[in-house]
Amino acid sequence: MSILIYAETNNGTLTKNAIEAANYGGLLASKTGNKAIALVIGASNGLDQLGKYGISKVLHFTNSGTSDFDPQKVTHVVAEAVKSENSTIVIFAHDYSGKSVAPRLSAKLDAGLVSGAIALPNTENGFSVKKAVFSGKAFAEVEILTSTKIISVLPNSVEKVNNQVTAEIVPFNTELPSTQLKVKEIKKESTELSLTEADIVVSAGRGLKGPENWGMIEDLAHALGAATACSRPVADIGWRPHHEHVGQTGLAIRPNLYFAIGISGAIQHLAGVNGSKIIVAINTDAEAPFFKAADYGIIGDAFDVVPKLVEAVKKFKASNN
Amino acid sequence: MKILVCISKAPDTTSKIAFTDNNSKFDENGVQFIVNPYDEWYALVRALEIKEAGGGNVTILNVGGADNDPIIRKALAIGADDAVRIESSTEDALSVAKQIAEYTKQNTFDMVFCGKETIDYNGSQVAGMVAELLNVPFVSLASKLSLSGNTATIEREIEGGVEVVEVTTPFVISAAKGMAEARIPNMRGIMAARTKPLTVLPAYSSQNATKVKAFTLPPAKSACKFVDASNVEELVSLLHNEAKAI
Ligand SMILES: Cc1cc2nc3c(=O)[nH]c(=O)nc-3n(C[C@H](O)[C@H](O)[C@H](O)COP(=O)(O)OP(=O)(O)OC[C@H]3O[C@@H](n4cnc5c(N)ncnc54)[C@H](O)[C@@H]3O)c2cc1C
Ligand SMILES: Nc1ncnc2c1ncn2[C@@H]1O[C@H](COP(=O)(O)O)[C@@H](O)[C@H]1O
Repeated sequence: MSILIYAETNNGTLTKNAIEAANYGGLLASKTGNKAIALVIGASNGLDQLGKYGISKVLHFTNSGTSDFDPQKVTHVVAEAVKSENSTIVIFAHDYSGKSVAPRLSAKLDAGLVSGAIALPNTENGFSVKKAVFSGKAFAEVEILTSTKIISVLPNSVEKVNNQVTAEIVPFNTELPSTQLKVKEIKKESTELSLTEADIVVSAGRGLKGPENWGMIEDLAHALGAATACSRPVADIGWRPHHEHVGQTGLAIRPNLYFAIGISGAIQHLAGVNGSKIIVAINTDAEAPFFKAADYGIIGDAFDVVPKLVEAVKKFKASNN
Repeated sequence: MKILVCISKAPDTTSKIAFTDNNSKFDENGVQFIVNPYDEWYALVRALEIKEAGGGNVTILNVGGADNDPIIRKALAIGADDAVRIESSTEDALSVAKQIAEYTKQNTFDMVFCGKETIDYNGSQVAGMVAELLNVPFVSLASKLSLSGNTATIEREIEGGVEVVEVTTPFVISAAKGMAEARIPNMRGIMAARTKPLTVLPAYSSQNATKVKAFTLPPAKSACKFVDASNVEELVSLLHNEAKAI
C-alpha cells in the first residue's frame, strides 16, 4: 500500500502547489503508516527536495510526448503508477491541473474524490475529508466510501511540516494512449505573480473611481511583493483585466493577507476571498459590509490612505532588510 | 452541432447558509434556487450562440428530482430546445457523472458543456468524470471557444495565464467566465418554454462514492480592529508583529 502524489512541474521546477500536495501526502503517510510516493512528469530540477516533506520515492516520467499538458495522457500515467505502486490514496493539488486530472482519474479508477481538501483526512471512523462548501460560507466533512481514495488539496490551506527522509528518484515508463487534444499556445500573463499562488493580494473596487487611479494600488502591491486583484464590476467595465476578478464568479483565492480597498464587501465578493488568513479593509463608509469580514480596518479615503500606506510599507521593508 | 448542456440547481448567491437534520442537510427553508451561474451564463449561452451561428440543437440535462423542473424551464426559456431530467436524488459527483455519461452514450452529442463548478458543493468534478467515462478529451475552465467544422479552438485558464488547445468533436468542457455574456429570458422565451419537451428518465444504477457526513459553519469572526486613517504606520506594525502577515 502507498500514497501517490501527483506533483506538477512548470518550466522544469516543481510548482508551489505541488510541494503543498507532497507535504499533505507525506503527512498522511506518517499518520497512516504508509509510504509516500510522488509522480513527476517531464524534466524537472530539485526533485530531491521532496524528501523534505516525507516523500521517500519519486517516480520520474520523462518520455517524449508529455511536454504538453494533456489531462487524458496524464490521467493514464497516474493510473499506471497507482497500479504499479499499489496505491490506495492519490493526492493532487486543487489547481488547474488537478481540476483536469483528478476527476478523470476518479472515473477511471471508480474511486471517490474529495476536491479542495483543507485538512488531513479523519481516519478514526471511516475516512472523511474536510472541505469548504457554499463558496467558503460553510465546511463539509465528506466521507469517501470506495477502497481507492482521491483527494485534491486546496492551495495554501495545510501548513508545511519538515518531515525529512531521503527521496529515491526512479525512472517510470508507460506507453501513452493517443488522444485528440493539441496544445497550440501558452500565454502567460507576463511574469507577474500568479494570483492564486500569491501570499499577499492587494485588491481594489469601484471606490477607486477609474482605471487611471490604479497606480497607487500597483505601488502598494510592489512594495509588499503582492499580486493585484479587483471586484467584478471593475473587470466588467474594463478598468482591469478579467483574470484579476475575484469572487464567486471569478477566482477563489486564499492568500495570507488580503487588502480590500474601495470594495463594499458584497457576499459574492467575499465568497472568493473569505479563505484569506488576514483581511484588511479600507473604505470611506464605516458601514461597509467588508468591515464585518475584516481583521483590520481603516475608515478613510483610499486616495489619502493608500499613498501613505505605500510609504509606510517601504519604510518598514527598508528597516527590516 | 448537437450540444448537451448539463445544468445543476444552486441556492441563490445571497442565501443564508444553515443546516438541518443534525447538520447533515442543507436547510432549504426560504432559499431561492437558481440555475448554477456557470452553467447558465457561460455553458448555456455559448451553446445557444453556436447553434444560432451554425444550426443544431441544444439539449438541457439535469440529474435530480422534480423540484429541479423550474430551473430546467428557466434554461428552456433562455433558448434551449428540449430538456431531459434523470430522476435521482444522488449528491455524489461520480454518480451524477455516470448518469450523464450513460445518457450521452445512448444519445450521441458533438459537445457536452458543463459549468466550472457548482456554487454549493464547489466540486469541479462532474465534467472531467463524464469525459473519462466517455473516453473523450476534456477541456477544463474554458474561457473562449470557437468552432471551425468539427474542430474547436478553446482557451482554458491555467496557473497565471491561458492555454490555447485544439480538439475535435466529441469532447467535454467546463465553462468559466469569458465564454459568453449572461442573457435574460424574454416573454416569448418564457411562453415557449412551457411547451418545450422535458423528458423524465429513470436513473441508471450506480453507487455513491462519497457522502457528506456533516456540515459546519465557520467560527464567528472576531471584531475588526480599526486603525486611524492618520496612523497607517500602526497598521504596518500590527500586520508585522500581531498578524505576522508581512
Ligand atoms: C450572481 C452574482 C455573482 C457575483 N459575483 C461577483 C464576484 O465574483 N466578485 C465580485 O466582486 N462581485 C460579484 N458580484 C457583484 C457583487 O454583488 C457587488 O455588486 C460587487 O462586488 C461590488 O463591487 P465593488 O465593491 O467594487 O463596488 P461598490 O459596491 O460600488 O462598492 C464601492 C465601495 O467603495 C467605497 N468607496 C467609495 N469611494 C471610496 C474612496 N475614495 N476610498 C475608499 N473607499 C471608497 C464605497 O463606500 C463602497 O463600499 C456578483 C453578483 C451576483 C448577483
Ligand atoms: N445534478 C446535476 N445534473 C446535471 N449537471 C450537473 C449536476 N451536477 C453538476 N453538474 C454539471 O457539472 C458541473 C460541475 O459540477 P461539480 O463537479 O458538482 O462542481 C456543473 O457546473 C454542471 O454543469
